[in-house]
Amino acid sequence: MSSLLSFPVVVSALELGFIYALVALALFLSYSILNIADLSTDGCFTLGCAVGAQVAIMGHPVLALFAAMAAGVCSGFIMASLQTKLGVEPILAGIIVNTGLYTVNLAVMGFSSNLSIFKNETIYSLFKDWLGSDWYRLVVSIIIVVIVCALLAWFLGTRMGLSIRATGDNEDMVKASSINPGFTVTVGLCISGSMTALSGCLIGHYQKTCDINLGTGMVTIALASLIIGETLVGKHSVFRRIVGVILGSCLYRFAIAIALRLHVPAECLKLVSAVIVAIAIASPYLKQQIAFQKRKLSSASSAKGGDGTC
Amino acid sequence: MLRLTNVRKVFNAGTVNEKVALDGVSLTVNDGEFATIIGSNGAGKSTLFNCIGGSFYVDEGSVFLDDRNITYIPEYKRAVEIGRLFQDPMKGTAPHMSIEENLALAYLRASKKTSVFSRITAREREMFRERLALLNMGLEDRLKQPVGLLSGGQRQALTLLMATLVPPKILLLDEHTAALDPATADKVIELTKKIVEENHLACLMITHNMHSALEMGNRTLMMDSGRIVLDISGEERDGLTVDGLLEKFSAGVGKELDNDRILFSKVE
Ligand SMILES: Nc1ncnc2c1ncn2[C@@H]1O[C@H](COP(=O)(O)OP(=O)(O)OP(=O)(O)O)[C@@H](O)[C@H]1O
Ligand SMILES: [Mg+2]
Repeated sequence: MSSLLSFPVVVSALELGFIYALVALALFLSYSILNIADLSTDGCFTLGCAVGAQVAIMGHPVLALFAAMAAGVCSGFIMASLQTKLGVEPILAGIIVNTGLYTVNLAVMGFSSNLSIFKNETIYSLFKDWLGSDWYRLVVSIIIVVIVCALLAWFLGTRMGLSIRATGDNEDMVKASSINPGFTVTVGLCISGSMTALSGCLIGHYQKTCDINLGTGMVTIALASLIIGETLVGKHSVFRRIVGVILGSCLYRFAIAIALRLHVPAECLKLVSAVIVAIAIASPYLKQQIAFQKRKLSSASSAKGGDGTC
Repeated sequence: MLRLTNVRKVFNAGTVNEKVALDGVSLTVNDGEFATIIGSNGAGKSTLFNCIGGSFYVDEGSVFLDDRNITYIPEYKRAVEIGRLFQDPMKGTAPHMSIEENLALAYLRASKKTSVFSRITAREREMFRERLALLNMGLEDRLKQPVGLLSGGQRQALTLLMATLVPPKILLLDEHTAALDPATADKVIELTKKIVEENHLACLMITHNMHSALEMGNRTLMMDSGRIVLDISGEERDGLTVDGLLEKFSAGVGKELDNDRILFSKVE
């Protein structure tokens, strides 16, 4: 294992794990809590990256984070409005927004499919001298993710947060409570969009480039992280579930890192991702099946060991 | 105080399936009044509650709560002042949220002095624990457990507690014990009595159990074909037996009370 995972590999897996954890957290909110499959995630991620890169190019690397989040809120708001105001199915709403975002993203990037911020100050480079060149990216990522997690955990215990959770958990209850489901869905999707876009922005600053296809497949990767986390931690308190999501995201990055070290060609990475996702999603079911088969076997053998009258 | 004037509700108007579910219902329920409602299947009892609660809007007539016209107020806004329990115990609670979180939501949404960012304080958590202890179900030691792990009766008792944690202006109970086993149903009924009395709530309770219809509360309404055909309270009600009630019904409507579950509960 030590030969597989050298120090720089571990650090970069953790860096990416934390940055992508924000998308997984976005899906935690939209998918696990609100029960909405948000397919606009891919486009929203690129949007965050594009906006974050442009604002960094203008010379405001810190403002870039907030600008990207604001853009994510807009995307989430449109996604929610399609559902709550126009009655569009969530899946379709996601596809529509995702398609529209492609053009929006191109426009934000000045109608070029690639944007480089190598020459500009980023949220990471700001702290490079201060934190040392080995650690600065990891430390900055961890700080941002911890702040987001703390805010999210706090928020989900407030009246608004509890209402959002109830909306996804029991629609009948919400209808008879003084909760406006249209409003809670909107707030939830806006927050989820802002986290996705923030993640995109951080990746842009991390890689110092933005590509129009950056977000492709993001929803699958985030879903995998989310499900790995939920399989490991289970559905306990909100705080533990959030920690689980981050854990899942880091583990996913380690799996990819190992695949790369095993010389899986880069062109095959998407397939590796798909396999990891499939395993992650199937694992709760497989766990159940294995436990059931074990019980069946042990009861069969104990029946044989008995007097055999049955 | 709740007041309905000439409320009319027609389903599938203008089609062959047209159904007049409420046919000019007028009704006033004062604070502290606890009325039980009985009637045949399809009489319009649940529809009446849906009109009061705002699940759908009435076609004609008006609904007033404390002299405020709420006829066109959406359901979620009315729910601040109207507590509701349904027959299905699964409808009133969020299964993946803990007992404490369910209570917190019910409390925060209903109390006047909270904002969207309010959270539960330690004092309120202690209050939840005390209230749960009054249910005598041991739930006070399970605050962190998800509600999905509770039995139907426990969930319904919790829903009742949630609906009355901050006393509403009126409580609507739609056969809220019908899905429970007899012993649990009795327990929830006792609890209902206690909570309604202690908080001096205005309450409407639909039931198919003629005994509880007469025994509980201080007024009994009987519905048939979308109309209130009998409204008794006071002395007239005090001396009434189940048979007497059924007689009054057939005298009033000109037919026997037709409700399979009522017949069943009469045999019991
Ligand atoms: N959403 C609806 N659409 C169409 N018809 C409806 C709807 N809700 C109720 N009805 C009809 O209105 C009439 C009254 O129904 P309601 O549910 O109020 O009866 P109920 O008195 O509660 O009966 P039960 O004792 O069986 O619960 C019934 O004939 C029913 O079929
Ligand atoms: Mg009914």
